[in-house]
Amino acid sequence: MDVSQYLEIFLDETNEHLQNLNTQILILEQEPDNMDTINEIFRAAHSLKGMAGTMGYKRMQNLTHDMENVFSEVRNGNITVKANMIDILFQCLDALEEYNTNIRESADEGTNDNEPLIKQLNAILKGGAEPEAEDEKPAAQKAAESEAPAEGQKWQEMKLGDTEKTVIAEALHQGKKAYGLTVKVQEACILKAARAFLVFKAVEEFGEIISSNPSAQDIEDEKFDLDFSLIVVTDESLEKVVQAAKCVSEIDDVVGGVCETGKQASAQQQEEEHAAVEEKAVKEEKSVQAVSAKEEPVKEVPAKAEVQKAAETSAQAPAKAAPAGKNDKKPATGKPIVNRTVRVDIEKLDTLMNLVSELIIAKNSLVSASATVEGNANSEVNDQIEYLESVTTSLHESVMKVRMVPIESVVTKFPRMIRDLSKKLDKKMELYMSGEETELDRTVVDEIGDPLMHLLRNSADHGLESAEVRKERGKPEVGSIFLDAYQDGNNVVIEVRDDGNGIDTESVKNKGIERGVITPEQAEIMTEKEIIDLLFNAGFSTAKTVSDVSGRGVGLDVVKSKIEALSGEVEVKTKLGEGSTWIIRLPLTLAIIQALMVVIGGEKYAISLGSIQTLEDIPASDVKLVQNKEVIHLRDLVIPLIRMTEILDIESTKDPNENLVVVIVKKGDKYAGLVVDELIGQQEIVIKSMGKYINKCKIISGATILGDGEVALILDANALM
Amino acid sequence: MEELKAVNDTTQFIVIKLGEEQYGIDIKYIDNILRMQKITRVPKVASYLKGVINLRGEVLPVMSIRIKMGLEEDVVTKSSRIIVIKMEQQGMIGIIVDEVKEVVTLEMAQIEKVAYASKDEKDNFIYGIGKYEGGLISLLDLNLVVPENS
Repeated sequence: MDVSQYLEIFLDETNEHLQNLNTQILILEQEPDNMDTINEIFRAAHSLKGMAGTMGYKRMQNLTHDMENVFSEVRNGNITVKANMIDILFQCLDALEEYNTNIRESADEGTNDNEPLIKQLNAILKGGAEPEAEDEKPAAQKAAESEAPAEGQKWQEMKLGDTEKTVIAEALHQGKKAYGLTVKVQEACILKAARAFLVFKAVEEFGEIISSNPSAQDIEDEKFDLDFSLIVVTDESLEKVVQAAKCVSEIDDVVGGVCETGKQASAQQQEEEHAAVEEKAVKEEKSVQAVSAKEEPVKEVPAKAEVQKAAETSAQAPAKAAPAGKNDKKPATGKPIVNRTVRVDIEKLDTLMNLVSELIIAKNSLVSASATVEGNANSEVNDQIEYLESVTTSLHESVMKVRMVPIESVVTKFPRMIRDLSKKLDKKMELYMSGEETELDRTVVDEIGDPLMHLLRNSADHGLESAEVRKERGKPEVGSIFLDAYQDGNNVVIEVRDDGNGIDTESVKNKGIERGVITPEQAEIMTEKEIIDLLFNAGFSTAKTVSDVSGRGVGLDVVKSKIEALSGEVEVKTKLGEGSTWIIRLPLTLAIIQALMVVIGGEKYAISLGSIQTLEDIPASDVKLVQNKEVIHLRDLVIPLIRMTEILDIESTKDPNENLVVVIVKKGDKYAGLVVDELIGQQEIVIKSMGKYINKCKIISGATILGDGEVALILDANALM
Repeated sequence: MEELKAVNDTTQFIVIKLGEEQYGIDIKYIDNILRMQKITRVPKVASYLKGVINLRGEVLPVMSIRIKMGLEEDVVTKSSRIIVIKMEQQGMIGIIVDEVKEVVTLEMAQIEKVAYASKDEKDNFIYGIGKYEGGLISLLDLNLVVPENS
């Protein structure tokens, strides 16, 4: 078994734990006495440590180990949570994040030991509890062992086959010893199989494992609850073997004893055969009893009563261990219920999506084929086709849903970021989020993190005023930033709002002139909106000082291009002195859109419904010429016409004197009328990439496959304007 | 199954026809051979890019090797085929040919390398000439035929 196969899981889970830690520590900062939070933090830190240990990331393990110690002391009430401690903990999380990034990139954790952090953690520990507290653990555990040697010795229930017995007997004959071990894995342990593997490996250094319960294969497949038992033949002492197994992290306890079967066998060496037969009989009896009384562990020695006692002691063991201090690794109550999920590679989902699209196309062809067949004989066929239709529709919807993920995964990191920014900028601020459960296509969610981060930073740095200014203006000293997400029809809207200064259009204007982006004359006639749009210009920043938070003028530019790349749009609403709102509008999914199908010069094209305002039927005589360009006058708007046939280099199939079919599209505040030959209707289309060879054509944003298997191109209305 | 046993110094080619001439395409680049179907024209692209087709639910660009090589426009007949080429770097593309004849196995000794800078434009896409059963097969260098992606 090789741990590298767990790398992917390890990275994902580490991320989750880190995210969880971030959130929980933030809560802890607010409510330092929240026991649930402390327990949760402890658990997460502990799991992290264990996982890092298994994967062999020593530095990560050391750091988390020390963090865990601190949490443990907090939990025991020996240390109280202080502000500087929270800071150090956050630094630790950053350091862990760095390890994680390194591992993701190179499967290696890097060489940063983070000594200063570990020292700081230890300083916290010394300030609270005595460091010896840690040393008590093994002692206490050992004591518990010696007190109740029989506890949890499930290995005694193992059924040994004849071959195993012979091996044990032979080993004893050679002066070796046979031990039974029962290893209990912690409840919180995630990679149980990996732990078990490490225990096997550790034990095998001393001797030979001749049998295990459940079988080695089942253990590797993680088909066991929390414990497993081994029979080992070795030269070493029992203590050594037990200790070796215990050294594996996330192992709750290891109990062992001299294998009774072996003893018996050795005592009856001369009558070996006889004994074997006898034991076989006993074994049979055992299995019968085991079936009838599953709860009662049945075996020959020690007696039943004793076993029950042992079971009781083992149940008491954790309770006994708890006061001993640090070795209470049992998860406390209130563990959050985790959804049962399967991680799927996004590529596999894409494949599935493609197959579903293909199925829909095949279904559509079947529909049109059956329509051409005449006669009553096919009424049954029609029924089946209808059924097929409903199944494919549901299938399609389900696949779409699978691709949707809540934006939560992106936004959970923001409270932490705002907290850091608050310290860095020395401004008091609070982030309020709503609608984290809003779902978007996975590909969109992956991309939306950076733009949102830019906007939040922007609000924190430029938007919010300093505490003094806020006081003067009669605003609460603590600035508020809001992040709201909600679904609006076929779009998802994400708003970043602050109650800060708002955008000072005069200042933007001056800056624009200064930078040479606009001329003073232009500035005179610019509307407020146009001025605000200047902010999205590359290399435009109004911050008087460039900080490392924002102010390099790349932020808003990147935000805009990124969101447009996702077929979304961003707009700003602002009121000087009261704050600004940045509104991001994104399509629910990138893969499937509602489109209007049109015919231009005999070819079919799709236009995204999102950009279409209205459809108009215009008499040819209504077309006017302004500056030698065709326009139409529609409801007080002068709208330029774009003859699609000219753009697409194709002959129109229509008589030029006929009424024009005009599709009015809108981009921002601008309108344009696309002249097409015919309208087909609205249709849901699956967007397909055109491949690498055909990407020079700006006006075509992709292609789709129609019901009859034909390919139609998708016109990008934005690029036409 | 004889071909499978072929040692390293032999290469299999699909022999296609463009007009009267025979050309060979290394079989390792060929993903599929399709019958002619409706090609959706894409505006504003190079003239040799004829458009796109639906290949099992994916959109596949199709190019005319004739136009690329400076020959006259394709005339679609019953024997016209689209050969789907899969290049490691550039991805998949379909090329239109007049006819697909057969698969031949050529040994290194049967292939004669040609020097570059021929006067005839179409020769610039060829890296060698294969001699097979008395006929000559011009072996296409697909890296030159298939456009670089921008």
